[in-house]
Amino acid sequence: MGTFIVRRLLQGAIVVVAAAIFVFVATRAVGDPVDFILPLSASQEQRDNLRTEMGFDRPMTEQFVDYAGDVARIDFGQSTYLNDDALSVVFDYLPKTLQLVGFGMVISLVLSLPLGVLASRKPGGVLDKILTTASLTGLSMPQFFLGQVLVAVFITRLTWFDPGPGPWQKNLVLPAICMALPAVGRLAMTVRSAMIEELNSQYVKVAKAKGMPARRVAGVHALRNAGIPFVTLYGWELIRALAGYTVVVETVFAWPGLGYVLIQGIKERDFYLVQASVFVVAVIVVVISILIDLVYKALDPRVQLS
Amino acid sequence: MSATEPVDELSAREFEEHHALEAEEALTGRPYELSAARGGLLGKFRNDKLAFVALGWLVMITLVAILAPLIAPYEQSEGTLGDADKSPVWNGGSWDHVFGTTPQGYDILSRLMHGARTSLVIGVAVVVMAGLFGVLIGLIAGYRGGRTDRLLMGWVDVQVSFPGLLMALLLLMVLRGSVKTVIIVLAINGWMVYARMTRGVVLSMRERPFVEAAEIIGAKPRRVVMTHVLPNLVSPLATLATLEFARIVLAEAALSFLGLGIQFPQTSWGTDAAQGGAYINRNPWPAIYPGVALTLTVLAVNIVAAWLRVVFDPQEREKRHAATVISGAGGKQL
Repeated sequence: MGTFIVRRLLQGAIVVVAAAIFVFVATRAVGDPVDFILPLSASQEQRDNLRTEMGFDRPMTEQFVDYAGDVARIDFGQSTYLNDDALSVVFDYLPKTLQLVGFGMVISLVLSLPLGVLASRKPGGVLDKILTTASLTGLSMPQFFLGQVLVAVFITRLTWFDPGPGPWQKNLVLPAICMALPAVGRLAMTVRSAMIEELNSQYVKVAKAKGMPARRVAGVHALRNAGIPFVTLYGWELIRALAGYTVVVETVFAWPGLGYVLIQGIKERDFYLVQASVFVVAVIVVVISILIDLVYKALDPRVQLS
Repeated sequence: MSATEPVDELSAREFEEHHALEAEEALTGRPYELSAARGGLLGKFRNDKLAFVALGWLVMITLVAILAPLIAPYEQSEGTLGDADKSPVWNGGSWDHVFGTTPQGYDILSRLMHGARTSLVIGVAVVVMAGLFGVLIGLIAGYRGGRTDRLLMGWVDVQVSFPGLLMALLLLMVLRGSVKTVIIVLAINGWMVYARMTRGVVLSMRERPFVEAAEIIGAKPRRVVMTHVLPNLVSPLATLATLEFARIVLAEAALSFLGLGIQFPQTSWGTDAAQGGAYINRNPWPAIYPGVALTLTVLAVNIVAAWLRVVFDPQEREKRHAATVISGAGGKQL
């Protein structure tokens, strides 16, 4: 247990360091952001001055040593695009992403479990075929297209939601649904096949034979064991959402979260913002995945942490 | 698994039969697998209407992708502003532009055809590149074992826990989006899953008597891997590659949608969906076509993948045999 956590923390540290180095190399390989900061009319002298001021004319190794020192002190410098401390910009936008992921994950939990269980009740039946096809379609749909359809139907056509600003709870509904639906498809399929497997097992037959009501057999006995693959995939979906996959949803709905600001940072060549946001995402992903492994262990004592 | 270790050949056989029986029971509830599993491989495939339609759609898309330069009525960015925003033919437009035109005056049908080409080229190229590299790493790790294994799998673990999409976005920021760079970026991001699977299969193969026998009679490692281990990888690889293909097509579309993949006026379904999305409130159709094309293609690939698993996987084939027995004996669950 202890060695497991130490090992995972070590591995996580490698991931974070690798991410920090990678983002440095990537941003420096693009050139420097001077041309994006100054207006087009700026003279060559002004450009050179700013370059010297920001240190982009120094040798790469020197810049890297500086950068490494800054990262070690968790200091990512000033965002050139938003003119604010890069890390605090990231923390300003982060709650929006967490809202989106949190609400989306709740929706996928609430929808996928009952749908999967329903489909497994009569495998091959009409309801199963409908639900299976719907799940397959859901997970095959590009997320941006799903978002565009939601916008076109519920905002443009039906005008249930305003395109402009409103209370965040209301604005959150469509992005969260868009975030959740592909996950619902994947999760419901997993629940279904796990339930079918459990319902065919010996202990279920024993439970049925001794006269236990079908509802209780499925709900108490089978669901508990079928829950294990579900939890694995659910954790994977959570990590995936936090690891930047919200960027597509945030772009479609102009949702001001971390992914949105990262794309802006990339397009505006805002190195400091990009570095800060990738670093924060890497740390979140590493921490959450360790937590998920521990939860998994707590839920299923058979799991060997190695 | 009821793990009574088989000690001799007879009980080993019973053990296997027991598992086949269990598998048989598990099968009663899998509409795709079971309907494909009954009867001959291709013959019954025709009876599985859904899979048949899916395969038909994929064949059509492939043909369109290959022949796009010949059969598309226009080039991907050919047209003038005079032809801008034409309606589709069923909405008062003309047969010159069946699906209408974009605000730039480009023919939407032609762009969709060329877009199919982009999607398929990228999907196939990424699967081949990532697959070759991943299988190679997995073979080395699994067969060498020890330190090499730990090192290679450590690499895989680190890259898997890396935020992959962010890495792709950053790489594309450096390399600039084009068909070539998108292929490279997605291949860098997608090889790990092949390596893990290959290593797993190799590890389980190493224990098998026929591999041990080959080693005992002095076959060189290369020969053992090539003639004894590799053929057993074909079936899981076929399924994995198909599913990965579906994932890559979606990933390319997402990157292009975010403006970092294929650059307008070059066409890709994702790029066009983003272009259409900009004026979706005025005219939703240009955004809807590429989205529907993507959905149908990925859905078809997923359905065919489910069927492929039955055809290629010997265990699934065993179940297929079992299923004929059940349905012959009056199993009326379906």
